[in-house]
Amino acid sequence: MHILVIEDDAATADYLVKGLTESGYVVDHAGEGRDGLFMALGQNYDAMIVDRMLPGLDGLSIVQTLRAQQKRTPVLILSALAQVDDRVKGLRAGGDDYLTKPYAFSELLARLEAILRRGTSETAVQRLKVADLEMDLLSRTVRRAGKGIELQPREFKLLEYLMRHAGQVVTRTMLLEGVWDYHFDPQTNVIDVHVSRLRQKIDRGFDRPLLHTVRGAGYSLRAEAS
Amino acid sequence: MRTGRLLRTSTFRRALIYMAPFGVLVVILFGFLYLGTLGLIDAQANATIEAEIRGLAEQYGSRGLSRLTEVIAERSGSKGEKGSIYLLTGPDLTPLAGNLNGWPSEAVLKDGWLSFEVERNEHGVATAHEIRAKPFRLAGGFRLLVGRDMAERAAFQQVIAKTLALALVITIILGVSGALYLSRKLLERVEAVAETSRTILRGDFTRRVPLAGSGDEFDHLSASLNEMLEQIEQLMTGMRAVTDSLAHDLRSPLTRLKGRIEVALRGSADAARYRETLAETIADADAILATFNALLAITEAEAGTARASMTRLELGELARAALELYEPLAEGKGLVLGQEIEDGVAIVGHPQLLAQSVANLLDNAIKYTPAGGAVSLAVRRAGERAELIVADSGPGIPAEDRERVLERFVRLDASRTSPGSGLGLSLVAAVAKLHRAELRLEDNAPGLKLTVSFDPAPPEPG
Repeated sequence: MHILVIEDDAATADYLVKGLTESGYVVDHAGEGRDGLFMALGQNYDAMIVDRMLPGLDGLSIVQTLRAQQKRTPVLILSALAQVDDRVKGLRAGGDDYLTKPYAFSELLARLEAILRRGTSETAVQRLKVADLEMDLLSRTVRRAGKGIELQPREFKLLEYLMRHAGQVVTRTMLLEGVWDYHFDPQTNVIDVHVSRLRQKIDRGFDRPLLHTVRGAGYSLRAEAS
Repeated sequence: MRTGRLLRTSTFRRALIYMAPFGVLVVILFGFLYLGTLGLIDAQANATIEAEIRGLAEQYGSRGLSRLTEVIAERSGSKGEKGSIYLLTGPDLTPLAGNLNGWPSEAVLKDGWLSFEVERNEHGVATAHEIRAKPFRLAGGFRLLVGRDMAERAAFQQVIAKTLALALVITIILGVSGALYLSRKLLERVEAVAETSRTILRGDFTRRVPLAGSGDEFDHLSASLNEMLEQIEQLMTGMRAVTDSLAHDLRSPLTRLKGRIEVALRGSADAARYRETLAETIADADAILATFNALLAITEAEAGTARASMTRLELGELARAALELYEPLAEGKGLVLGQEIEDGVAIVGHPQLLAQSVANLLDNAIKYTPAGGAVSLAVRRAGERAELIVADSGPGIPAEDRERVLERFVRLDASRTSPGSGLGLSLVAAVAKLHRAELRLEDNAPGLKLTVSFDPAPPEPG
């Protein structure tokens, strides 16, 4: 996977490049807006991480230019502007996701993975399947190993989100945004309680757990243990 | 006020431009009067002269030269009409009768209308008089000249010229002084606004533009300016408050964080200890970040800029979503989470900030209510208003502290040991203020009952 990072702060860029390389990505870096846009137009990257405030050309303009050129490269926008309206502006410009600084690297990695797979995760499928766990989106039923599982509507939505991002790390913030549409962090980690409830329903009584906790990052739904 | 500035004002220039047509109008009016009157005077003189010539010629025709001489002598004598000129001469131009000394030289050969000047004695002073006359040839070679002294015409001309000059001077004086007066008045009002803005520029944000109280367009402008200044001052105060609280509340945890790292560096280089310190440092940083984010959310609500994102929303839906999020937490703590939600209670609000407020309220209620207690969330109509009520059976807040807990970072001593930034209720207060909602803290006996009372949304169109 080839990633372009456009970030002007040298220390942050260094940290991003190092972290992403360690995670198995091939990373190019541009320290300035115009160079970044030039690189993005010249090569086919799998995804881009773009800082919102850049010298030369700001991040939103880069994304807008790319989209105007019919470049569909997934873009993760990084910004110090945290208000909901700023977020909306970022997404409207054509960004696929918006992450507020400062962020945990695990959060960035999880979101990067999510936008890389966005093509598959949002298609209109009728059935989702992870190992022996099956979800029918039409009849809104869930079965594991052929056995029906009763879920509350919100639990169903939570599981759907996890199954659509199967194999990836999903952070608590992503769940709050994706399942509850809450763009703030509650004082208490309420998400953990919801996930452990869901885990009770889908994993209890089966040898192989599917819903894993990823320490310091979030959760992951996958067949094999890490 | 310096005259130079007065003369440069747009009002002054405009008043002058406005005055110019009046000046032109005065000139045109007098011109008409002048030309018209002169024409009339001339026509009258001509008619009189011609009538007299006809009459005299008749006299001559019917009664002969002697009678004509007699009549002319009579008319030009002291009894005759003043201003009439007569001269009867022989064919060789020797005067026979009349009040003119001799045939005017320029009229010897001409037969049409004549104009010439004659020296006349008036009160012992010789003055030149303009004469208008017409010669006439009588049978037998005798020549007759009848004319009129046009002194009146000249006098009239003079009067008109003087009046015109006077009228122009008066118009200019009135115009200029009116323009000066107007621009002076205007400049005074503008100066008041300019003076206020200069004072504000120097840093006194409490100054306002004075109103004349007449409700005129300047008062209107000043009132708008004052409203703007009010808003700016509020924003400035808000900014200052945020900076103060940031300085106050981020400095100490940052200092703590720095201290922890310094201590770790000073000790022996032990990887396990370093790891532990790093983990603690991340936790510290997260806590600082949480405080920072909470402050930003409060600022967003207080600044009022969030008003742009307000939409019509159902309080019930918002409450149900929050309940759903907190229900497992309450259950895990052994609390009964009750709900009493009326449908169709709509308000105009900011969805994210309201959701965060409700989440904060539930969070607090669940945090402070001991196991076995109850927390409830209600949405209902109360008369015209829409109410959202969070009640718990926890320790409650003593009446004297209820105002205080809404302030930033206030945590009552009893709760010092629970986690939290102390900003939860401040956010609720700020969001309530943003929505112009009323926030009431009451005794739930036992526990706390918190009511946010909103203005209802206007009925949906259609």
